[in-house]
Amino acid sequence: MEELDGEPVVTSIPGVNSKKKQMCFDWGPGEMLVCETSFSKQGKSETVPGCPFIFIIRKDIDVYSQILRKLFNESHGIFVGLQRMEEDLTGKSRKAQLVRVSKNYRSVIRACMEEMHQVAIAAKDPASGHQFSSQISILSAMELIWNLCEILFIEVAPAGPLLLHLLDWVRLHVCEVDSLLADVLGSESPSRHESFWKLVTILVLQGRLDEARQMLSKEADASPTSAGMCRTLGDLMRTMPILSPGNTQTLTELELKWQHWHEECERHLQDGTFAPSPHLESLCKIMLGDEAALLEQKELLSNWYHFLVTRLLYSHPTVKPIDLHFYAQSSLDLFLGGESSPEPLDNILMAAFEFDIHQVIKECSIALSNWWFVAHLTDLLDHCKLLQSHNLYFGSNMREFLLLEYASGLFAHHSLWQLGVDYFDHCPELGRVSLEMHIERIPLSTEQKALKVLRICEQRQMTEQVRSICKILAMKAVRNNRLGSALSWSIRAKDAAFATLVSDRFLRDYCERGCFSDLDLIDNLGPAMMLSDRLTFLGKYREFHRLYGDKRFVDAASLLLSLMTSQIAPRSFWMTLLTDALPLLEQKQVIFSADQTYELLRCLEDLTSGRPAHGEPDPLQLQDDDIETTKVEMLRLSLARNLARAIVKEGSLEGS
Amino acid sequence: MEEIYAKFVSQKISKTRWRPVPSGSLQTAETFATGSWDNEENYVSLWSIGDLGNLDSDGGFEGDHQLLCGSRHYGDVMDLQFFDQERIVAASSTGCVTVFLHHPNNQTLTACQQWATAHYHTGPGSPSWSCAPCTGVVCNNPEIVTVGEDGRINLFRVDHKEAVRTIDNADSSTLHAVTFLRTPEILTVNSIGQLKIWDFRQQGNEPSQILSLTGDRVPLHCVDRHPNQQHVVATGGQDGMLSIWDVRQGTMPVSLLKAHEAEMWEVHFHPSNPDHLFTCSEDGSLWHWDASTDVPEKSSLFHQGGRNSTFLSHSISNQASVHQSLISSWLSTDPAKDRIEITSLLPNRTLSVNSLDVLGPCLVCGTDAEAIYVTRQLFS
Repeated sequence: MEELDGEPVVTSIPGVNSKKKQMCFDWGPGEMLVCETSFSKQGKSETVPGCPFIFIIRKDIDVYSQILRKLFNESHGIFVGLQRMEEDLTGKSRKAQLVRVSKNYRSVIRACMEEMHQVAIAAKDPASGHQFSSQISILSAMELIWNLCEILFIEVAPAGPLLLHLLDWVRLHVCEVDSLLADVLGSESPSRHESFWKLVTILVLQGRLDEARQMLSKEADASPTSAGMCRTLGDLMRTMPILSPGNTQTLTELELKWQHWHEECERHLQDGTFAPSPHLESLCKIMLGDEAALLEQKELLSNWYHFLVTRLLYSHPTVKPIDLHFYAQSSLDLFLGGESSPEPLDNILMAAFEFDIHQVIKECSIALSNWWFVAHLTDLLDHCKLLQSHNLYFGSNMREFLLLEYASGLFAHHSLWQLGVDYFDHCPELGRVSLEMHIERIPLSTEQKALKVLRICEQRQMTEQVRSICKILAMKAVRNNRLGSALSWSIRAKDAAFATLVSDRFLRDYCERGCFSDLDLIDNLGPAMMLSDRLTFLGKYREFHRLYGDKRFVDAASLLLSLMTSQIAPRSFWMTLLTDALPLLEQKQVIFSADQTYELLRCLEDLTSGRPAHGEPDPLQLQDDDIETTKVEMLRLSLARNLARAIVKEGSLEGS
Repeated sequence: MEEIYAKFVSQKISKTRWRPVPSGSLQTAETFATGSWDNEENYVSLWSIGDLGNLDSDGGFEGDHQLLCGSRHYGDVMDLQFFDQERIVAASSTGCVTVFLHHPNNQTLTACQQWATAHYHTGPGSPSWSCAPCTGVVCNNPEIVTVGEDGRINLFRVDHKEAVRTIDNADSSTLHAVTFLRTPEILTVNSIGQLKIWDFRQQGNEPSQILSLTGDRVPLHCVDRHPNQQHVVATGGQDGMLSIWDVRQGTMPVSLLKAHEAEMWEVHFHPSNPDHLFTCSEDGSLWHWDASTDVPEKSSLFHQGGRNSTFLSHSISNQASVHQSLISSWLSTDPAKDRIEITSLLPNRTLSVNSLDVLGPCLVCGTDAEAIYVTRQLFS
């Protein structure tokens, strides 16, 4: 066992007094049941009633957020698309695909954030507004981490482009500047706006030098005294060498040019070019990467990773990925200045800068309130072939472990279970058994829902589950007196025993009512009739009725006889069958041949000779026996007469 | 067909229906209703796809559909039909049938009529009683016909508290869908692959005609009747097959077309352009079947860059003229197979597409992935 990574969180349950009473619990697949027992702490049983409730404890509460449902659903599509991604894609095209997938995930997070933002604004009571804004900050942290991971692990940007990506990253997440920009530009004289210099500083800090230059030219227009200085600084901004995506210059060239530019800035500062204007001078210092000057702008930088990126931009523009962690660590230390300790988010980002993927995922698992983030990020990184060496000390690898956790959370949800199926599908080791365990617990409220669950099971050849679902539905139908439905379900499940049971019900109903119900089904059984002997009998017996109804007496008679001689008909039903033979025996023309009549007689004798062996006579039975005896006598008479007629007829036919 | 808008709505959508446009008006569809299922709280909701003329310059929400109003619905919404412009009939898994009234003035949706126990099971011991899901509903002002898992058919009139006519045990298995054939005849499909025609003029519990698939009794899930040729009927089955039937003759389908890989949940003829048919399925696909004649230009139209407008008008006029001569394009069995052109409308497969509806150039569908897709350029 590894040691714990932190104190486990205590969840207090309202109404349960764990100090006084002992508690009991049971694990479910995604949740836990907790209730008070009647035992007190000392182990004595008390009769005083405690808390009368059983509590369901769920760990993945984010699953229950209405807005996050969109995140789950939309990212499900991306996830499935990623799993289907061509394995044979290699090199550049594969990387481009993976980056696109990563961006898709991020845009879903951002869409959720935006919606959450709107809801938070519209929220009427402060409590829910607060809840929404805390979720927004979680989402935004998720996006921030994901974006950094995308740059470092998926894009794997080399020195040079790396910094451009990091700049984009910071610009995307420190975005108050845009509203400020609009505000300042919208005012009558922008350079007189109270936040003018703040704005220019932020623009410079974010490396948006073109915009900063435009702002400076506004200042130059407004105050002729500083126009010259503004122009000089503007020129410095314009001439700063940067790597542009389409440019073919080498890193060495860039470094050389940058060195020259840097020296020029330094010269201007030493010459005191900007000395008359403290604002311009501090801008120049920032552009020189002066740490003290940068730290003065702590407020505007707002966090250490912004500080890091600005510092890199103006002092190490061609930083190599391998050196990042060194600058990151020192930036963090400088920025916090020993005043506060790093927060979980800082640790996660730092781990990313150190290229320690496992640490990133571990910290995220601890810090975030849902499995969505780690499950999807880990899966994506796994597709980048970054995690293969890592196996956990239990069960499966990390990717699978996290996906299983996430999918179990989905299955615990009333409606999101359908999403979970695809996640289980892509867990090679334990996915199948988990799915089997969870799918059986889905309540089957309507047949339509049952059909959807069935389809899931059938597609995966989960025969055991298919049988059990069909059986549940068949049982339900029997309880509701829907024999036709019950029979179709047991046919679908190929459940012979249950088909026999339902067939018996049909036959019993027939004996009671004298007519069949659900003819539309029984007449159309087709090959399914072979499922069980009783069902075959039911179908054939119905066929006999149809033949009889169509006045095809000869066919009907031989079918009836064969039902008994082939032993398909249950013994208990023979009397009914023999009684059915009566009208055929009484027809004007001879239907049963002599041989057939002998067979019938033997059946009747079989039946009557076996009879007295069992049963104590009671008054009701005696009365029944009376009817029975009459029936038997009538049958014997009819059979005898038929035999006589048949012998005569057959004899005369042969003679002629 | 590139303009298809998706919106995630945080509820699994079981049904989507366009509000009918007043006959004779030139309006295009702009409001649709949805029903949800398998949520802890289910809703019937009305959505507006807004004004096409009001293109947002930001490119923001111009194609998005916005929620107008909704109403809580007890149980899953199993089926949904517009009764008229204002009223919607919803079938519930609790066996209840509810008529909702839309008040456009203050954008609210309220239940105005309800048959609480339209469908129910009677247990083996007679007094015991439990609700049975109502699986299908069809309206023809003022009549409403409902079918359910209990195999019962109910005929309601919107202004009557009690059912006008009930056929108990009309079917031994579950009835999955119902549609009007020609008044007063209805058509039902059931879970053992049968198509039954019922005539309300006849007394008794027997259908006037039974048509069925051969042998294997594959359940049928949906049915739609050709809008102009009332004897042509399309059904979709559990195996994803599309069957075309001519109810005037024979008891077997005229043609069986291999379609989806899983249950076909809905099939719809285009109401004004019935050579086009739309199907959706559990396998997450939505298909457009085009049985109009083989216009050679059409293949170029379906190319991504079909921007040539002369092609467009040409092929449309062509379609219109050909339409007259091809009265039964769905019934001519063998050649039809070559002629039918199938397009998949959804960009990538998701979870089950449970429902779709077409009206004019507009299509709406809803999925288990909690998304509603809308397009307003079906034939472009």
